[in-house]
Amino acid sequence: MLPQLGCRWWLVVAVLFCWVAAGVAAGDGGGQRLHQKSVHVTGLGASFPAPLYQNWAVALNRLHPHIRVDYQSQGSGAGVENFIRGNVDFAASDVAMRDEDMAKVPRGVLMLPMTAGSIVLAYHLPGVPTGLKLSRAVYVGIFSGHIRRWNDPQIQVLNPGVALPDWGITVVHRADGSGTTAVLTGHLSAISPAWKQTFGEGTTIQWPTTGNFVGARGNEGVTAYIQQIPGAIGYVEYGYAHHHRLTVAALENKAGVYVVPTPASGAATLAAVALPEHLRASIRDPEGPDAYPLVTYTWQLQYQKQPDVSKAVALEMWLEYGLNEGQKMAAELGYIPLPRGVREQVAQVADTLTDQYTITLKD
Amino acid sequence: MVPDSRSRSSLERWCDRWLVRTTLGLAVLTGLLLALMVGVITWRALPAVQQFGLRFITGSAWNPVPGREDFGVLPMIYGTLVSSGMALLIAVPLGLGTAIFLSEDFIPRPLRLVLAFGVELLAAIPSVVYGLWGMWVLIPLLQPLARWLHRHWGWIPLFGTEPVGPGLLPSALVLAIMILPLVTAITKDALAALPPELRQASLALGATRWWTIVRVLIPAAMSGIVGGTILALGRALGETMAVTMVIGNANQLQVSWLAPANTLASLLASQFPEAQGIQVSALMYAALLLVLLTLVVNILADVIVNQLQAKYE
Repeated sequence: MLPQLGCRWWLVVAVLFCWVAAGVAAGDGGGQRLHQKSVHVTGLGASFPAPLYQNWAVALNRLHPHIRVDYQSQGSGAGVENFIRGNVDFAASDVAMRDEDMAKVPRGVLMLPMTAGSIVLAYHLPGVPTGLKLSRAVYVGIFSGHIRRWNDPQIQVLNPGVALPDWGITVVHRADGSGTTAVLTGHLSAISPAWKQTFGEGTTIQWPTTGNFVGARGNEGVTAYIQQIPGAIGYVEYGYAHHHRLTVAALENKAGVYVVPTPASGAATLAAVALPEHLRASIRDPEGPDAYPLVTYTWQLQYQKQPDVSKAVALEMWLEYGLNEGQKMAAELGYIPLPRGVREQVAQVADTLTDQYTITLKD
Repeated sequence: MVPDSRSRSSLERWCDRWLVRTTLGLAVLTGLLLALMVGVITWRALPAVQQFGLRFITGSAWNPVPGREDFGVLPMIYGTLVSSGMALLIAVPLGLGTAIFLSEDFIPRPLRLVLAFGVELLAAIPSVVYGLWGMWVLIPLLQPLARWLHRHWGWIPLFGTEPVGPGLLPSALVLAIMILPLVTAITKDALAALPPELRQASLALGATRWWTIVRVLIPAAMSGIVGGTILALGRALGETMAVTMVIGNANQLQVSWLAPANTLASLLASQFPEAQGIQVSALMYAALLLVLLTLVVNILADVIVNQLQAKYE
């Protein structure tokens, strides 16, 4: 087998191009602020937190005009790969880095959860409002292609009084590789041995051939298909469902309680999961009666040894901003703000980047 | 006038030599570029070729889950051929008709220019716009027709599945509209480039306009028409964005035109960014097949053109 490196050499070209372009741009602005050397850091990776990171970058640049952060949304896999090859200053991924990948980074890896998000099951059923109850057996059944009609007795019995149409269920999934798919299939594998056996988990899986399954590209593609196909159900990040006013299902959690995805139920999930020292917690099936079952952290990957001191300082300021003001922005954009305890843990680890700067948590 | 009979100066000859060399270099460069691309794709595809062999072409699994990798592209080959073929079947007659209308003097010249401009403008619309239009306008419009087809003709396997919305049929229609300007523009130019004497001679021999168009003009412009069709087919085979948005991206073998399907190009575009390990190689293998498919189609078209030309010469 060929090494998987080098498969996207054009990415390198793109990053180099941005570097050069940014260097030129930074050189232009440098004249006015000679007293502070301008620093430019580039990051690349997951598309899920991209809107948030890009907002942070703009706001941070307004606070500290000499720091410029460029974040490119190219997918978690691309993020990890470019991070291993050292093409970027930091990367981001929705899936925690594997040990064998971490071993490939001689400069060491800091894995910092910077925000979190819920994944919702959104459906298109006129007359059925948000909160259709789906038990674990039912949503596994829908994604496995066993439950194929909306008026299936298994769904009806959970939702007495709801007029479910005699429509076929069309499952909308991601056609592109995606951390969102990985989180969903990870959860399904955790709660159903049959799912694990038949389908497994990954950024792309082989969907069932029974029942109607259609794939769409990106969260926006899945959202559009759900809006368009009567009887569709699909998984998207909370922010998209919220923004497009999709109706979403209440899922049965480990405690047997049906929970509607909200910022509060997402926060309850984060609170229920203790973060280990290396900050790599995958929430596969959270405990707690209020916890919404489909929640994921998303990580920034930083190099433990950052030889360029000015870059290290800039990166710490960037992380500090993200952990403070950035969390308020997260809530506004539909992400789940990190609990206080997690922020403290992350700040502590992030502070080890350089001793030239100390990260302090406000409030 | 006496032709200039002096021998050419050394400067002129030097210029000539260099022109030949430069153009030769450029021609070789173009060939090298193609060879390089095919070479790199083949090299990267080798692990998958070794692991899956011909099973890759006949299989219909697409499972990148680590530990259970299995890849086959039969559904995508079917989707690619059917969507492009259907698109051609729709676009060629439509484009040919439009081109004939626009190259004759049925309507005043200014009106013709406006119409021709409109057709060419179709080519300037980015494919993502076609995709959005297909998704939000065409699919809902097609739904009643698709349901009718399934209800009354469902016993034919081609309409054998309940229509979901996205599928082969809408993607073929979107492709047809996308390649229409290509067919029209090239056919129109081929017809316009015919020497006027041809038409005059035909009319002078007493042929009606109908006969002139069908028996003289179209056969004479045939190589241009087929050339345009081939270009259009190439575009249809390789289109990604618009197809991805309306085809439903289902990697499963369904004969039905109403069922969601996938094409090779669309598969490549969706899965490349996050692909890992052997999946990258499998995608390269799929790309290689797409190149081969295009090559075969082009050779076939060349044969057809030669046959047609032989017939009319």
